[in-house]
Amino acid sequence: MIQRILINRLLQAVMVAWGVGSLSFVLMRSLPGDMAYRVAAGRYGQDNVSAEAAEWVRQELALDLPAWQAYLHWLLDMLRLDLGVSLISGAPVIDEIKHQLGHSIELAVMAILLAALMAFPLGILSGLRARGWLDRSLLLLSSLLRAQPVFVIGLMLILAFAVYWPLFPVAGFGQGNDWVLPAFSLALALAAVSSRVVRDSTLAVIHSPYYQFARVKGLSEWQTFRQHGLRNLSVPVVAFMGIQLVGLIEGIVMIESLFSWPGIGHGLAHAIFSRDVPMIQGTALMMGLLFVALNTLVDLACYKIDPRGRPE
Amino acid sequence: MKPFLAWIPGLSRSQWLGAAILMALILFALLEGWLHQGDSTRQNLSNYLAAPSAQEWFGTDHFGRSMLARMGDALRLSLMLSLFCVATAALLGTGLGVCAAWMGGITERLLNFLANTLLALPGLVLVLLLAAIAPGSFLVLYLAISLVLWIEYYRVVRAQTQVVIRSPQLEASRQLGFGRWYLFRRHIWPAIRPSVLTLAAFGAGNAILALASIGFVYVGLQPPVAELGLMVVELLPYYNDAPWALAQPILAIFLLILGFNLLAGKAK
Repeated sequence: MIQRILINRLLQAVMVAWGVGSLSFVLMRSLPGDMAYRVAAGRYGQDNVSAEAAEWVRQELALDLPAWQAYLHWLLDMLRLDLGVSLISGAPVIDEIKHQLGHSIELAVMAILLAALMAFPLGILSGLRARGWLDRSLLLLSSLLRAQPVFVIGLMLILAFAVYWPLFPVAGFGQGNDWVLPAFSLALALAAVSSRVVRDSTLAVIHSPYYQFARVKGLSEWQTFRQHGLRNLSVPVVAFMGIQLVGLIEGIVMIESLFSWPGIGHGLAHAIFSRDVPMIQGTALMMGLLFVALNTLVDLACYKIDPRGRPE
Repeated sequence: MKPFLAWIPGLSRSQWLGAAILMALILFALLEGWLHQGDSTRQNLSNYLAAPSAQEWFGTDHFGRSMLARMGDALRLSLMLSLFCVATAALLGTGLGVCAAWMGGITERLLNFLANTLLALPGLVLVLLLAAIAPGSFLVLYLAISLVLWIEYYRVVRAQTQVVIRSPQLEASRQLGFGRWYLFRRHIWPAIRPSVLTLAAFGAGNAILALASIGFVYVGLQPPVAELGLMVVELLPYYNDAPWALAQPILAIFLLILGFNLLAGKAK
């Protein structure tokens, strides 16, 4: 079972790599101008480009091959994690994205934790008192938050907590509390949806026969909830995390751009803006692989929480 | 009139609210284009960041361009894009979903493979990559967003059609000698219609969100096009001098998505 999960996700990772690699190849070929000159300019600086340097690059990278051979070379290079050098900075792509990936993972993990800290207590409370005042006001709040793009949530938080009350830095990185606003923006967007899933799941669990039975046989309310409620209600919630991951990754692109957070999403947006194809490939690849990795974690968590899917 | 009403059976109160919000926005977009006839690109640098007044109802932006004209342009752009994308995605996804369920075998496996390949990447990353091929092109954005949206229809429609195809009712009709088109209209379409309409409303919201998002990270449509996400970035530096100007595109995105979400009803 675990092997099946891992193999499926591995296949997904391969599809990500192939898709990103192919799109980047098309992108590279569709760039205007001679590619050899372009790469030479990236490597040796604009002033040192000569026909000789371009020819040298052309020989080394085999740029005059027919398209299909070049395509195979391109994919093979990617398999060896040889992602080339940035057309803008001239630095190896792999070094830059290694650096960025850590920051993005940090942001993603903080956002997921914060979202869980908000969604679980609020969702469970409104599920226990369904259609009460808390449930209704949270429904309204969640509908309002869901109608905002995540960058608007981030913008509001900046205006409130960085400009009006200057508690946190507006943007940037390296001041200790810089992660609060970006992580909180992402977490609010995630929790707006998942708190409703927690609520529905709680409602279903406490009205289920096994829950009623546990109460009837004399367990206290708290014991029943801890023994029979929590784990059962978290199964659909964790499974739903898998669906939310798309939103999280998309949110990372926007929030990192908004807060100038030095992560993969910021790198991707920048690379696309400046048409730096090797960087586009590297960052999109990492973004996709991060997506696959988080999905794998969600799958494994579902497997851990819910024993019903396991073989005897 | 009756067939149209039968098309939208029993909208709930919140769905009516969503429909009303959207109708108001559409009406604004149409009336602005018809009556105001302002030029969304004409600059007037001696009258920048003006507050709303009798001449300029919505004020002006940092180049002195009429916010009323720009909001009209941006709303028409977003609504048109969502309409095109949803129509394309719904036709493609529903058609291929029914095909896959009906044919089975190699067709179904190929289509599943295609859908899973596309799903391997988060939608926005795919749209960003495609947008990089031709920056600032409306056509590419439309194709990219449709390419992401159709998968949802495909998966839902295929799953539901599979159930209908195995039903005794359809088998009976088939044995009576009815053609495929009749079977589709009589048996399959009524079963999938509610899901397709719900997905259409969600999809429209998502298309608008995607357009605004890539506008916001500055890799979508390029200035001077009036586009909601782009307008947010452009007006952000002036949040203090002209909060009303920044609030307009934000409010428009909010109302559009809220309207479509309410119209879609409760997600399953």
